Amino acid sequence: MKVLVAVAEVADVEDEFEIDGLAIDEQYLNYDLNEWDDYAVEAGVQLQEAGEDVEVVSVTIGPERADETIRMALAKGVDRSIRVWDENLEGTEYLDSETKADVLAAVVEDEQPDLVLTGVQSDDTAFGATGVALAEEVGFEWAAVVNDLEYEPGNETASVHRELEGGVEEFTDVELPAVLTIQTGINEPRYASLRGIRQAQSKEIAPKTLDELGLDASVTDSDVSLTQLYEPETESDATLFEGSPDEEADQLADLLRDEGVEA
Amino acid sequence: MSDILAVAEHRRGDLRDVSFELVTAGRELADAADGDLHVAVIGGDVDGFADELNREGVDMVHTVSEGEEFNHDIYTQSVEALADEIDPELLVLPNTVNGLDYAPAVANALSLPLVTDAIDVEYGDEPAVTREMYGSKVETVVEVDADRVALTIRPGEWPPAEGTGDAEISQFDVDIDESAVRSTVTGYQEVGGGDVDITDADVLVSVGRGIEEEENIALVEALADTLGATLSSSRPIVDNGWLPKNRQVGQSGKVVTPDVYIAIGISGAVQHVAGMKGADTIVAINTDASAPIYDLADYGVADDLFDVVPALIEEFGGEPPAL
Ligand SMILES: Cc1cc2nc3c(=O)[nH]c(=O)nc-3n(C[C@H](O)[C@H](O)[C@H](O)COP(=O)(O)OP(=O)(O)OC[C@H]3O[C@@H](n4cnc5c(N)ncnc54)[C@H](O)[C@@H]3O)c2cc1C
Ligand SMILES: Nc1ncnc2c1ncn2[C@@H]1O[C@H](COP(=O)(O)O)[C@@H](O)[C@H]1O
Repeated sequence: MKVLVAVAEVADVEDEFEIDGLAIDEQYLNYDLNEWDDYAVEAGVQLQEAGEDVEVVSVTIGPERADETIRMALAKGVDRSIRVWDENLEGTEYLDSETKADVLAAVVEDEQPDLVLTGVQSDDTAFGATGVALAEEVGFEWAAVVNDLEYEPGNETASVHRELEGGVEEFTDVELPAVLTIQTGINEPRYASLRGIRQAQSKEIAPKTLDELGLDASVTDSDVSLTQLYEPETESDATLFEGSPDEEADQLADLLRDEGVEA
Repeated sequence: MSDILAVAEHRRGDLRDVSFELVTAGRELADAADGDLHVAVIGGDVDGFADELNREGVDMVHTVSEGEEFNHDIYTQSVEALADEIDPELLVLPNTVNGLDYAPAVANALSLPLVTDAIDVEYGDEPAVTREMYGSKVETVVEVDADRVALTIRPGEWPPAEGTGDAEISQFDVDIDESAVRSTVTGYQEVGGGDVDITDADVLVSVGRGIEEEENIALVEALADTLGATLSSSRPIVDNGWLPKNRQVGQSGKVVTPDVYIAIGISGAVQHVAGMKGADTIVAINTDASAPIYDLADYGVADDLFDVVPALIEEFGGEPPAL
């Protein structure tokens, strides 16, 4: 069987940053593997280890810079990777979940996986929508916010837990082929071993353009456009204690005693 | 007509709070668009739910008697059918775990642009939606250039609708295509029980990813011990297996309302805040003075927890552990 894992490279913003037009100035951004996708990669690799003949392929929509992140997934056991990018995507101002789902759908058509794993959300844009939109687009079944997965490679149904609000889990049986959006905590993502890192160097990252996927450039046309990006006015009216750590702790201790906290 | 369709959410016999917030948001949008507000409820005790949903400003409630609990295949088909019938300009759905389990599918099936996790919506010529990015560090406005749009709204951002309306309540029959129902909900389970009940505590010392390493948990444990407080945490600490699930505060953990909540190395993500915003006094220790936790905090120390926490332990006569 084949498992396709959608792996996003996301940007983390430094504490102090500046905004340049409709984006955060590049110098304040640090790129990394999306936290949720790290768990999705682990889930995929665990299936590969559990079954005979399970291939795990990752797909990323992103520029060449993302290869570094993709190598991390390869080092953790992903067999090969696909990276989709071209000048049309490069020129897309706001890559919304609909566009991402359309692009990923073309990769699904190409690869014909039995199971697609995505993260619940990307840490930076937090759409939380790409996985389920993709499922609908390719006619797969799906389950969102999965924090437990029981699946024997080859079976027709996967049993999952969906993590609802307030500490309630829903048990659901999902027919394959399916897209599962993976929640953090579902497993313990491994660290890449030295051997894994070495092996990753010789694994394939296949670059693809929209054209090569049989997609028209118009797939990046979106009705949704970003018109403002700003730092929200702080709603903070917190009293901040200042000084050396000892002085800060002293004031904080007085406050806590006032609030009735006793040693 | 520029009508609005909002879809309620319920679980195990009760409408969830967000349903009434959807009515408020839907009414605002219906006013702006000069249209009617339709509310739909799918599955469970739809007649009872319809009565409850008939709040001020609702023009019509549609009941779909299909199943007891949420199933996304049923919801997707039902909302598609309702949207075909009502032809709403805006489809307003909850940005909840279940909302995100069908909204993207419905939007995709109906070829509607989708904007998730809205915290504000202005309705001018076209809808302009405010949403956050980068863990609440920035806000963005996105404009949608389409006649028909799907939105999910963040719980807790709109007040619940009140009063009693004079909505027409009508049953809506959907021809469910059973072959497209390929998932089955088989049960539920409450998780996170155990020895400690953080919802009982008067004082919570709560730790987040700023603690960096499992070994360092001893530091906040020592603070909690010294203060006679209970230790809780944000999600990553539980995901990492450093504290058990019953210590997790937030949307998928526990909702706590202590007298004092001391957030240490916690950024204040929306899903965390959902669990602690009701605390009386909120204290934050976080190096990043612009972290969203400070929007809620009453007091704070924007300094390194590894300096402040040991000093605080000593203030109360305790002994900080050697790390
Ligand atoms: C469906 C869903 C459900 C979720 N449910 C929950 C939930 O129930 N509870 C929950 O908490 N989260 C939940 N989350 C996750 C949430 O989105 C955040 O990822 C999480 O709350 C972040 O935890 P954190 O604040 O500990 O970590 P981070 O966001 O990484 O913040 C760490 C903070 O520590 C500060 N820091 C770093 N070093 C130091 C230092 N030396 N001294 C002082 N400060 C320091 C940093 O400035 C930063 O602000 C959920 C997410 C999803 C998608
Ligand atoms: N650029 C991308 N490339 C590959 N997968 C992505 C990309 N963006 C999002 N995804 C997948 O979709 C999930 C949800 O992302 P989002 O809907 O953007 O919040 C992520 O966890 C990834 O698995």
